[in-house]
Amino acid sequence: MSAPMVKAEAVHKRFGRNEVLRGIDLEVAAGEVMCLLGPSGSGKSTFLRCINHLEKINSGRLSVDGELVGYRQAGDRLHELREADVARKRAEIGMVFQHFNLFGHMTALWNVACAPTLVKGVPREQARARARELLDRVGLGDKHDSYPAQLSGGQQQRVAIARALAMDPKLMLFDEPTSALDPELVGDVLEVMRGLAGEGMTMVVVTHEMGFAREVADRVVFMDGGVVVEAGSPGEVLASPRHERTRAFLSKVL
Amino acid sequence: MSSVKDTADKGRPEEIRAVPVRHWGRWLAAAIVLVVGVAVVRSVATNARLEWSVVGEYLFDERVLEGLRVTLELTVISMAIGIVLGVLLAVMRLSPNKLVASASWLYIWFFRGTPVLVQIIFWYFISAAYPKINIGIPFGPAFIHGDANTLIKPFTAAILALGLNEGAYMSEIVRAGIISVDEGQADAAHSLGMTRLQTMRRIVLPQAMRVIIPPTGNETISMLKTTSLVSVIAVPDLLYAVQSIYAVNFRTIPLLIVASIWYLVCTSVLYVGQYYLERYYARGATREGAAPSLAVAMARGVLSFRRHDEGTP
Repeated sequence: MSAPMVKAEAVHKRFGRNEVLRGIDLEVAAGEVMCLLGPSGSGKSTFLRCINHLEKINSGRLSVDGELVGYRQAGDRLHELREADVARKRAEIGMVFQHFNLFGHMTALWNVACAPTLVKGVPREQARARARELLDRVGLGDKHDSYPAQLSGGQQQRVAIARALAMDPKLMLFDEPTSALDPELVGDVLEVMRGLAGEGMTMVVVTHEMGFAREVADRVVFMDGGVVVEAGSPGEVLASPRHERTRAFLSKVL
Repeated sequence: MSSVKDTADKGRPEEIRAVPVRHWGRWLAAAIVLVVGVAVVRSVATNARLEWSVVGEYLFDERVLEGLRVTLELTVISMAIGIVLGVLLAVMRLSPNKLVASASWLYIWFFRGTPVLVQIIFWYFISAAYPKINIGIPFGPAFIHGDANTLIKPFTAAILALGLNEGAYMSEIVRAGIISVDEGQADAAHSLGMTRLQTMRRIVLPQAMRVIIPPTGNETISMLKTTSLVSVIAVPDLLYAVQSIYAVNFRTIPLLIVASIWYLVCTSVLYVGQYYLERYYARGATREGAAPSLAVAMARGVLSFRRHDEGTP
């Protein structure tokens, strides 16, 4: 098997005195869908943000596709990457946020087309054509010219997924993509994600949607207090958890 | 009192036709406003000392129009300097580098803390403090050098004072705009591989504009009037032009009216410009489509004002 897409070894992250990640060891294989579960404050979202260097880790090693995140190793010393290099690596990782974070001053189409033109230098017309395809694919073929404020939450989140896909990422990070949505809009977003997983996209998904985790995830990881409590197939972790903490959490959310 | 009929069998109930509450206080206030208004208009129209014929005579006087041109030139150049400097200072102020951020803070502290009139006079007399001016690489070659008196003419002094002072105010406005944009926008831009500069230029600043434009319009209007201070250093602006005319013919009041009319005309034009700029940067911010044109908006404003008074007889 090839190198893991994401590899975390003893990853620690502090905000001031608050230690949010206290030694995370994880591997995500290429093509794998991993769901991160856990109570709020357990560090799931922070870990996700560390993977594309939106947060800097304080110790440990974190690499994506065999390359360190945010650093370059020369001998036994680490050098911080220059901004342009960090940006280039981030461009290969798609991220979807809880609150969508669509660019409010751009139409749906331009939200999707802008990063390829700005970052990769794809010609405008080509980027637009690709954006049209992607919007059609997430079921928003008729919303190209709408501004985010004119779309429902579910529609906005699907635009956000299309926006991330436009960069042809090798890894997709989902940070509670359905937590801010009305219950009846969750289905459409999960449907798009299910489709992506079916196409073999490597995905790390922070979610509270147990049904989605059970059905789509190859592996489920339960985190609490900044550490991984247990990991395994959905069948193992969700159906017969070994740890008391996992059992207590699942009994509340299921 | 109300006359709601039972119309269940019609499917849709009839509109409510109620006798409106009489707002006696409001009517009294309106009456007072009307009386005062009439009195003011009458006095302005009939007071012979205002010499409206003289106002008409000088409104398009060549010297007045030349002064107006200088005033507009000062406003445009000073605001341009102020805006560019403001964006620069705001970005500096938000820099993670403490020294860069403090430099910006110090600049703002100094220029906001001293009266602009003092700054104008100061630049006018700069040659007393720095008779020779050299601008270039420190301890290296100079690009501009020469006598302060020849380099800094009154017009230049005015531009420097107004522009540098405006930069301090604009930077606070720009900074407020930048921090009003949700941090998630920068997160999203970074996650797509945009650099800090791209994020600022393409994502944050365009959205900050909605917050930046209204106070900037305000600043421009304020600047247009503040330029009148430069008359103290004999820059031939609008005020200076009418002053030099009434210094000869002693028609002080009508000439001040001439200046006021032109200031009002210019600020009114700025109002219109500001409306359309705001409309442009509001795109995407509301669920409705584009805002109406100014004429339509004003007409609606008047109509909705009247609607308050519309009662059913």
